[in-house]
Amino acid sequence: MENLSLVQRLSAHPDSRCWYVSWSPSGTLLASCGGDKTIRIWGREGDSWICKSVLQDGHQRTVRKVAWSPCGYYLASASFDATTCIWKKMNDEFETLTVLEGHENEVKCVAWAPSGNLLATCSRDKSVWVWEVDQEDEYECVTVMNSHTQDVKHVVWHPTQELLASASYDNSICIYKEEDDDWECRATLQGHTSTVWSLSFDATGERLASCSDDRTVKVWKEFPNESGQSDLSWKCVCTLSGHHGRTVYDVAWCRLTGALATACGDDAVRVFKEDESGNPNEPVFSLAAQVTKAHSQDVNCVAWNPKEPGLLASCSDNGEIAIWKFQELWTTKLVSY
Amino acid sequence: MSGGARLENANPVIFQRSGDRLLTAAEADEDVHDPIDDREIFDILFLLQRPSNDVKDAESIVSVEFTPTIPHCSMATLIGLSIKVKLLRSLPDRFKIDVHITPGTHASEEAVNKQLADKERVAAALENSSLLEVVNQCLSTRSI
Repeated sequence: MENLSLVQRLSAHPDSRCWYVSWSPSGTLLASCGGDKTIRIWGREGDSWICKSVLQDGHQRTVRKVAWSPCGYYLASASFDATTCIWKKMNDEFETLTVLEGHENEVKCVAWAPSGNLLATCSRDKSVWVWEVDQEDEYECVTVMNSHTQDVKHVVWHPTQELLASASYDNSICIYKEEDDDWECRATLQGHTSTVWSLSFDATGERLASCSDDRTVKVWKEFPNESGQSDLSWKCVCTLSGHHGRTVYDVAWCRLTGALATACGDDAVRVFKEDESGNPNEPVFSLAAQVTKAHSQDVNCVAWNPKEPGLLASCSDNGEIAIWKFQELWTTKLVSY
Repeated sequence: MSGGARLENANPVIFQRSGDRLLTAAEADEDVHDPIDDREIFDILFLLQRPSNDVKDAESIVSVEFTPTIPHCSMATLIGLSIKVKLLRSLPDRFKIDVHITPGTHASEEAVNKQLADKERVAAALENSSLLEVVNQCLSTRSI
């Protein structure tokens, strides 16, 4: 049996919600954001994680999500104030580089493409925007896509290709790709019966995990298209149900270990592992670890450290961040052989 | 309602107001854990309207069903939001608060329920100062 042990708890955004945490690409820094309108940067000193800087005055309302650029020198923040801020890292300080405006209301998510040249944002205004970044740090909107009929909750890029996925309050997931200078929705994934809150690609990008208010997690896989059209064909190959007691707010697929972590409104953090012998078209996931009272309130986000296998951060409505270590206990495995 | 205004609901259901809660010795004792029960939720909400509650103190779950006056009541979302805010402010943080419309009593029941259950939209709504003012007005204690 695997084990999830607590490394440290941080009172990150006191008297407020901590909505989201994001690891820098090198895994040395963790950014958090919350209802107190601030972003905090955490770093390791000795054995413990401490607050390195507080980014204030960027936003007028809740900061919903933060994302690091692939080079690690920029941080983007999405806020309920309808703007997205781009911060530039100068040594240990962060400066506002630019503010992206255009969404009509709350920006719910921001994500950087693997190349670092494209940025995606989404909003309650039902749209998904793609921005192009040039050498002079200028941002230009290249497309506005209105494929969803409701609030868009999350956007995520494929780990290697310029392929974008979005999750919505309309219960669906859209997958977008650029073709002939034209960004368009190439696939709509239907299956969840309520709001889809978050998405995560696996290390190869062949599969996508989604989590929902319907208390399930679904795994989708791309299949070769039979019709020969430019549309993509994604199918649900696995549904994890019966594990989560309330809305599943976030799902994170570890690029190093393949473990799948979830953040749930029932205050628990769970880790699932895929059965190695399974058929790739019908994968089976089992619950490998679970902390039922991981936080005293809803867990909003889970994030795997990109460099240190098994290091997991979670954050909660009580303003707290928790750092966990997920370990396979090899001794039990040896006994069973 | 002021004179001359048309009544939205000409024939309302009128409930008997419950009497004051009798204070028991156990309730006055600081060392005894008083579970949060139906009556407590009703006392918190009674100025809004009579809801039906399901309170599970041990599991920290409170679900409240409310019945809009008419199936097309345009205030249903605001009433639901006000109930939710009142409970969020009154109960300990450990509670999960679910507010629903009584099944079959409103034309947009599903849409209203979904919006009330979405904590991100509730959080964003409560950052809107004019909406917050309306909610606070709904919740301000007035003598009947």
